[in-house]
Amino acid sequence: MTAIRVLVGTRKGAFILTSDGKREQWTVAGPHFAGWEVYHMKGSPADPDRIYASQSSSWFGQVIQRSRDGGRTWEQPASMDDPVPADDGSGMPRGESNKFVYDTSAETGRPLTTHMWYDGTQHPWEFARVWHLEPSPHDPDLVYAGVEDAALFRSTDGGRSWHELAGLRGHESGPSWQPGAGGMCLHTILIDRDKPERMFTAISAAGAFRTEDGGRSWRPVNKGLVSNFIPDPTAEVGHCVHRIAMHPSRPNVLFMQKHWDVMRSDDGGDSWTEVSGDLPSDFGFPIDVHAHEPDTVYVVPIKSDSEHYPPEGRLRVYRSRTGGGDWEPLTKGLPQQDCYVNVLRDAMAVDTLDPCGIYFGTTGGQVYVSADSGDHWIPIVRDLPAVLSVEVQTLP
Amino acid sequence: MIRVVLPQHLRTLARVEGEVRLDVPEPVTTAAILDALEARYPMLCGTIRDHVSRQRRPLVRFFACAEDVSHDPPDTPLPSPVVSGAEPFYIVGAIAGG
Repeated sequence: MTAIRVLVGTRKGAFILTSDGKREQWTVAGPHFAGWEVYHMKGSPADPDRIYASQSSSWFGQVIQRSRDGGRTWEQPASMDDPVPADDGSGMPRGESNKFVYDTSAETGRPLTTHMWYDGTQHPWEFARVWHLEPSPHDPDLVYAGVEDAALFRSTDGGRSWHELAGLRGHESGPSWQPGAGGMCLHTILIDRDKPERMFTAISAAGAFRTEDGGRSWRPVNKGLVSNFIPDPTAEVGHCVHRIAMHPSRPNVLFMQKHWDVMRSDDGGDSWTEVSGDLPSDFGFPIDVHAHEPDTVYVVPIKSDSEHYPPEGRLRVYRSRTGGGDWEPLTKGLPQQDCYVNVLRDAMAVDTLDPCGIYFGTTGGQVYVSADSGDHWIPIVRDLPAVLSVEVQTLP
Repeated sequence: MIRVVLPQHLRTLARVEGEVRLDVPEPVTTAAILDALEARYPMLCGTIRDHVSRQRRPLVRFFACAEDVSHDPPDTPLPSPVVSGAEPFYIVGAIAGG
């Protein structure tokens, strides 16, 4: 029987919400990793019971958790439940599943490059946390991590160890990358399902990048983006991309929610055109694509620059059935007065049932579901900690 | 036997309750205690000190016999009550944040 599993990361732990295909009655499990920030959890498409989670705190740093039973139990890879000796011959346990070390210069011991700091000076790369985990579509042991300060790491052993794909950070534009208000984070990783060596990443506030060779080399794909807050509004990098989405059947068509502007590319990011159309605000964080209609797109307009809550206190998801440009508000079941929550960039997802289910979480702790592609919404839960991320697994 | 008190979040990670007791070779120092702790509980690697630099994480503190030894060189011998097990070695998360 079909089931739905929703993976929710929050400021104070992780929650797993489950339902059958009707998506009406829900069971809430958690908190897992209580008291820790869980920026992201995601299941392997190749083995849905394999789930990876990014757990972090300002006190104790980064922890990677892995489940092999659909989130019922968790382990830190290469630790007590998964003992793997270190490579140094000491016989000591590896304990390195949270070791994210940038490639360094043999001369200085520092990362190979620096980036732009808030005051315009150059600053060394400093690891803060994992924002996003993206398991391979085909191999449950292969998973990518997008981190702050912005870089891409890869594990080929189920999260036991991580190695940087330094070609991204080493791009010639790296010294001009700058942190956004939320830090300089690599928050989006899209993998072309049919050609997995082709990937896209997005960095705030550098922009979008594409690789054709599995991450060894990258090129910025930001032509057509305009950001009036940077000295050269059409610069190759420096754009605050909030999120990119792709339908797996159409990997050359990308949708982007930028700091301002909703954008579309029909050539794999080589060029972008604005499709904000009649949205009440072209600012927002998440963007996602319907599972069965590649030109049906969802965004949540947010008032900006400083407020970061829904315009007029009305929480509205906007849907375009035309690939952008023309948008309709979806309000049934969502609060239409006195609502001042935000919806963060990783906090929207879709299932693959028919009709397609749409999910999003808010900084007010609500997780909403629409089981009819956005026409009607119900809250699954109302009072979680602030939601950082939402992912959905459609289980057979 | 050295007694170590961990903050709540690290006790949860290590799946222990109460104090941890460790065999630590002499001289007993902060670095030696952390080496023994991480060998027994590898899930704590990187949570107290950096994997590479071995520097204490900024919001973690070490106490021995009511003294803050966080800024002492990590190879400084610890007081005899800690070495004898009469007093625990405290690893503390800073009181900060929400």
